[in-house]
Amino acid sequence: MAVVHSGSSGGLELPENVMVGQLDALANWCRKNSLWPMPFATACCGIELMATGAAKHDLARFGAEVFRFSPRQCDLMIVAGRVVMKMLPVLQRIWQQMHEPKWCISMGACASTGGVFDTYAVVQGIDRFIPVDMYVPGCPPRPEQLIQAIIDLQDKIQREGTITGREFDTAGRQLRKRALVEMAGPLTSDASRNPMLQRELAAAADAVAAKT
Amino acid sequence: MSIATPEFGTAGPEAGARSEDYLWTLNFGPQHPATHTTLRLVLKLDGERVVDAMPEMGYLHSGFEKIGEHLSFNQYVTVTDRMNYISPMANNVAWHGAVETLLGIELTPRCTYIRTIIAELARISDHLLSNGAVGLDTGAFTFFLYGFYQREVIYDIFETLCGARFTNSYTRVGGASHDFTPLVIEKIRIFLKNFPKTLNDMERLLTRNRIFVDRTKGVGVLTKEEAINGGATGPVARASGVTRDLRKDDPYLAYGDLDFQVCCASAGDCYSRYLVRMQEMRESLRIVAQALENLPAGPVDVGIGQRVARPTKQQVYSTIEGTISHFELSMSNRGFEVPHEESYAATEAPNGELGFYIVGDGSENAYRARCRPPSVLHFALFPQLIRGHTLSDVVAVLGSLNIIAAELDR
Amino acid sequence: MPSMPLAVDDILAGLAARCGAVETSVFRGQTRVVVPEPRSFEALAWLKEQGFDLLIDVTCVDYLEYPGAKHRYGLVYLLVSTATNCRLTVRVFVDDPDPTVKSVVPLWAAANWLEREVWDLFGIRFSGHPDLRRLVMPQEFTAHPLRKDYPLQGRGERHNFPIITRDHS
Repeated sequence: MAVVHSGSSGGLELPENVMVGQLDALANWCRKNSLWPMPFATACCGIELMATGAAKHDLARFGAEVFRFSPRQCDLMIVAGRVVMKMLPVLQRIWQQMHEPKWCISMGACASTGGVFDTYAVVQGIDRFIPVDMYVPGCPPRPEQLIQAIIDLQDKIQREGTITGREFDTAGRQLRKRALVEMAGPLTSDASRNPMLQRELAAAADAVAAKT
Repeated sequence: MSIATPEFGTAGPEAGARSEDYLWTLNFGPQHPATHTTLRLVLKLDGERVVDAMPEMGYLHSGFEKIGEHLSFNQYVTVTDRMNYISPMANNVAWHGAVETLLGIELTPRCTYIRTIIAELARISDHLLSNGAVGLDTGAFTFFLYGFYQREVIYDIFETLCGARFTNSYTRVGGASHDFTPLVIEKIRIFLKNFPKTLNDMERLLTRNRIFVDRTKGVGVLTKEEAINGGATGPVARASGVTRDLRKDDPYLAYGDLDFQVCCASAGDCYSRYLVRMQEMRESLRIVAQALENLPAGPVDVGIGQRVARPTKQQVYSTIEGTISHFELSMSNRGFEVPHEESYAATEAPNGELGFYIVGDGSENAYRARCRPPSVLHFALFPQLIRGHTLSDVVAVLGSLNIIAAELDR
Repeated sequence: MPSMPLAVDDILAGLAARCGAVETSVFRGQTRVVVPEPRSFEALAWLKEQGFDLLIDVTCVDYLEYPGAKHRYGLVYLLVSTATNCRLTVRVFVDDPDPTVKSVVPLWAAANWLEREVWDLFGIRFSGHPDLRRLVMPQEFTAHPLRKDYPLQGRGERHNFPIITRDHS
């Protein structure tokens, strides 16, 4: 894979078959190519999910075919089909049983928004109650669309992933990246409408006050 | 987890007296690979033996019947697609068959033949998946892949026909959304030619397979009396010796003109249900072949005089009747003339008798759109089928009953 | 089981003789018969003896907004004789408050879940039912959603769940 760059680095002579790269990139590369989906198939989309894994479409070509029905073994939940009131607690429990790092694909209109079932029993989008990484539109989506979603998710994992899982830290994600602070220097932007920046500024002012 | 009262009066006098401390309870589902969809079983086990099972459903109850009261007869067909989602075409045919019974519409001969063909293709695809799932659950993965490959061929035919590969929404009140094109007919002919070979391969893989036969023969026996009393229909009932098939008993569409046999078995076990489904696929092929060769010419939709099916573009632009009919059908306050009546009409869906009880109140929406799902009654039979068998037989029985949660819960 | 299957007219006449006034009507070739609520179980038991051995469906219609309706709930029993393939629709009307019908589970095992579903979605109580729990809705649900006075989108029950974020899981 091209993500782990080989060759010399900073004048250091490396022996043969040794590559140097970012640890994050290596972890991401491993994670994205060993996605084990947990098919949370409830309805029609589940049949298309089966079609994706069966003959002709063959998800195995994209490195995510090891369907495991135990949440403890999986790291990608594919919610295929509508989730109703009675099922949502089950969905949440299964999501909580999955090990980190974990991702969620909401497959189909019903899982994403409730779809045509705007009724008393159907949850209007699972993202109201659990985190979702990727939405696949369609009713049901074609297998090609699901395969594309998995490829996109792999791409996302490669781009954003960190070995310590900082990308899953919702509070931490709101803070400015350290590199950005170093590059751009202290905050200069207008903080009047951004409470996050206001807090950062206040913290910086406190730190300065404590020093003096 | 506590187990509620067992069903069907199994708690006889001795059940209460016996100490049941050594039994343990296993929760099976609602998210389990062998349930295929979402249903839940609470099993009471004595070691490997299943002493009792309490099925529970509702994990996919989406209010289909309530939605049916808010959508018009033509709109609701999209929702019926999602009922028994492994054969959506059969649901389309059942729904609009029931609507046309209520409205008193006589279909054109071409439409009846087209609906017959697609209903039978849907039956083949349904049986391929349900038998494939039995194979998958008992360890025969190749069988499932063979079946799914042919399902893709049927998907392809439907996609050529109406543009959607899976949830077709094909029928309309008094007709269909698209007519058969020569390409569709050609594709069905190719399918008819190739499919028997796959079917033979599948039979060779499983029908005499020692492991499969041992796993399914004598497992989950349903007697004829139990089947009738429990309301079983379709392949489940026919495998128990109930010679009841609405296509023969109460011929609808074009079934009266066609020559086919009703496939029955007498043992009532999982293996018989498998055999009945395999044989029904062969009969469906015969039906499709006959209907395709005798496909009448003429229009698909009923004429503009009846004011139910939309006229063609040419009729709209060149005839006054077409223009009026188009206008009336497009206006929300005109539309169909629905009697203040109620009627029930059923079709032989792949799973059993799929009927709709529709109450009309004069508006374009049904006042009540009750779906009579075969799966509910089959699932209710489950405890008496599994009692005394082992835990590994649960998946074989579930697979052979072919319970589809969306149809179960609606 | 009778030795000779009865014709529909004979059955209707026999039903009228046993259960008093029954209304019959025919629409699109389907014979419907309305049986008074207190006698419904006897009527259905007698019909089963006459060969209607297959109970196809038990369902209900809420006639709250139906023009010209005299009763609120109309139960529908769809019966089929597997021997003669004769169909019969039996209607039983009940009213608020506390609509109750006698359960037909002793006659047909098929009625078990169908009656539970009607109880769940319409709130019709079936006296003598062995296990009258909700079938499709959660047990703690309080409304009966297919009644006409219940809105399609519900009363917000579908939003009433804890929210799990990335921090919680």
